[in-house]
Amino acid sequence: MRQSLIHWFKYGSPQSFYPLAGRMIPWFWAAAALFGIAGLWISFFVAPTDAQQGEGYRIIFVHVPASWMSMFIYLVMAFWAGLGLALNTRVSAMMAQALAPTGALMAALSLLTGAFWGKPMWGTWWVWDARLTSELILFFLYLGFMALQAAIDDPRRADKAGAILALVGVVNIPIIYFSVKWWNTLHQGSTINLTKAPSMAQTMLWGMLLMALAFWMYSIAVALMRVRAIILERERHTEWVKHAVE
Amino acid sequence: MKPRQKRIALIAGGLASIALAAVLTLNALDSNIALYVTPTEVLAGKAPQGKAFRIGGLVKEGSIKRQDLTVRFIMTDTAKDIPVAYTGILPDLFREGKGAVVQGKLGSDGVFAATEVLAKHDENYMPPEAQHAVDQAKKGDAK
Repeated sequence: MRQSLIHWFKYGSPQSFYPLAGRMIPWFWAAAALFGIAGLWISFFVAPTDAQQGEGYRIIFVHVPASWMSMFIYLVMAFWAGLGLALNTRVSAMMAQALAPTGALMAALSLLTGAFWGKPMWGTWWVWDARLTSELILFFLYLGFMALQAAIDDPRRADKAGAILALVGVVNIPIIYFSVKWWNTLHQGSTINLTKAPSMAQTMLWGMLLMALAFWMYSIAVALMRVRAIILERERHTEWVKHAVE
Repeated sequence: MKPRQKRIALIAGGLASIALAAVLTLNALDSNIALYVTPTEVLAGKAPQGKAFRIGGLVKEGSIKRQDLTVRFIMTDTAKDIPVAYTGILPDLFREGKGAVVQGKLGSDGVFAATEVLAKHDENYMPPEAQHAVDQAKKGDAK
């Protein structure tokens, strides 16, 4: 127990995390490319046409993974921010900061693809229903987190302020997820549920899950790249960074 | 208590109180968050009077009638029906027996004058052959 704790805390220091992250990045990129190619191939060529929506439903293969990631990245970001706040570990706060732009990208992608899907199927780009509105709030939470961090010069204070905002915003995640269950919305219910079998054809499901995996790998790869840049920037006065960039 | 434990307790307490505040707020806002009301709720007088609102439900089978540019159909939640009149472009997925959300005002004659019609599709995705099999099975049940 003691031994394993020390092992983990070792990677809590920027100096040892920096090379570890560097070694992991190419693997995550490779996995992202692999899953992405397989996912796209199934999405476009293998998955059948939908009985109701024809070919238009295929935007689901980007929309759903992006929406899942936008929610999941927020949870991870809030987790790291909270850990940084509680334990004062330096890398945690940097991880939170590194995840925010990718989370914002996923939320934006989810909103955009949703609009492109909504216009032909529902007949409108946007409607103020609970699902769409709470996802828009999530997008603003990401932007707010990034703006708040950028507005405070002292990184330790910026981390604290950002962490509090990130933790408060966690309330929004279950609201997004359950909105289609709790209220009348134009957005349909979940296709994938924990409690019942997914209500979509097998090959469609495979395409969606592979695309989701690709999005995961991409998100981890870019977050690690970003955290390395943040580490270098924040630790630029230390000896090891001077050696590392030489 | 160590400072670290104190901070963790503070964070946990803070999160709990925010969650409670959110639950209470959402409870209070409940009916305002709903995008639409059902025909049953409209006929029970729960819809706003003299203001535009949205009705959600199914387009009743066999109820769509076209008259020049105006489409007349019936919105139903299988219990109660409301006749709707609409002039404009309908979304592709607007079909009899499928979900729709209509926005507009309820006239004094009981006809809902819609200004916008949106199609609401379900969360099931399947190839046409599978849909055909499901439809056949349903017909079998009905007999």
